[in-house]
Amino acid sequence: MTLSGRHREALFPYLLRLADDRLILGHRLSEWCGHAPILEEDIALANIALDCLGQASALLRLAGEIEGEGRSEDDLAYFREAVEFRNCLLVEQPRGDFAFTMVRQFLYDSFAELHYGRLRSCPDAELAGIAAKAHQENRYHLRHSSQWLLRLGDGTEESNQRAQGALQELWRFTGELFQTDRHEHHLIAIGFVPDRRELRPEWDSRVKGLLAQATLTVPDESHQVAGGAMGNHSEHLGHLLAEMQILARSFPEAEW
Amino acid sequence: MVKSRQPSKEQVKEWLSEVTDPEIPVLNIVEMGIVREIHLREDEIRVDITPTYSGCPAMEAIEKAIGDRLRGRGIKQVEVRRVHATPWTTDWLTAEAREKLRSYGIAPPTPGDSEQTQCPFCGSSETELRSFFGSTACKSLHFCRSCRQPFEEFKRMAD
Repeated sequence: MTLSGRHREALFPYLLRLADDRLILGHRLSEWCGHAPILEEDIALANIALDCLGQASALLRLAGEIEGEGRSEDDLAYFREAVEFRNCLLVEQPRGDFAFTMVRQFLYDSFAELHYGRLRSCPDAELAGIAAKAHQENRYHLRHSSQWLLRLGDGTEESNQRAQGALQELWRFTGELFQTDRHEHHLIAIGFVPDRRELRPEWDSRVKGLLAQATLTVPDESHQVAGGAMGNHSEHLGHLLAEMQILARSFPEAEW
Repeated sequence: MVKSRQPSKEQVKEWLSEVTDPEIPVLNIVEMGIVREIHLREDEIRVDITPTYSGCPAMEAIEKAIGDRLRGRGIKQVEVRRVHATPWTTDWLTAEAREKLRSYGIAPPTPGDSEQTQCPFCGSSETELRSFFGSTACKSLHFCRSCRQPFEEFKRMAD
């Protein structure tokens, strides 16, 4: 890909943002390995985590190529500080209980399904291909989290309360999914990437439709927090990175 | 002994057919559609491969196996590149590959979502989906009500 300086300057942070959402969400899911309520679910969460990790890896590899400083996907995953991560606040929140994890997953999957679906028409064949592969996988994730949302919301009194509590906690982080910055504005203007702001109405109608079916109440919209995509993270990301990065940082360049 | 004559693409493809998927050893990477392009250059061969799933942990082993196999055939320089342009779909599995999967005990991907998965052991369509996610990223979990066997399906991946 031959790129102008402006394009490169915009595309690198854009790719980091995509990749970091997947990487951090994948890490949160991987924390369930060996702890899920039933064996099938343990396997499912580990599989979804693996898909997220694979998508992050392909996106970070591409980001490294675009940056042109010789950084590999591992360099970008393991040797950046929290302020350099561009993931949204939604994905970095601690995994909570199973309802919390599933409600978060549903909110995020609903967004990713729309976003990656559009990104498939990116004029760059490699990024379009990564998006298309991810889209195939994300559809399975969304089916899974949607089914759980229905089962938990429209389940027992306790499962309903837990799902509603999670929704109450997480809703304020959803606005950030649709926020853009000047880099993204440039890429949107030249027709390179989809405009995530335009996905909001469809996300709203799909998410609210399923929440109603699950007998859950949509929380109040007024209080929203954001900042992760600009590097302003909650304290939780630092702890997550400490665990995720320690091995690579303790033994740089190690191979096994 | 080092061969001085450059091999043909067909020859390289034949060599690559000896590399199997470490997780499904009955299938080789050519019939799975993982090998996308073979670039012949002077003293060097570049092989483009594409992942079946983004997080497929077999990719690294496959990359290494390609390098080992071709170097064993006297190719000095082997480069393996991962590409995503035109993402892999299960439609690329050849009819032969599907049959190999079935006889190995893995149901081949069903063509559409509505189709009932056939049990690879008894052929019955009286089966139920237990989970979209199985022992590897590419498989789902099923149960056959006829022969009472759990089994896995190579999960359908398409647009």
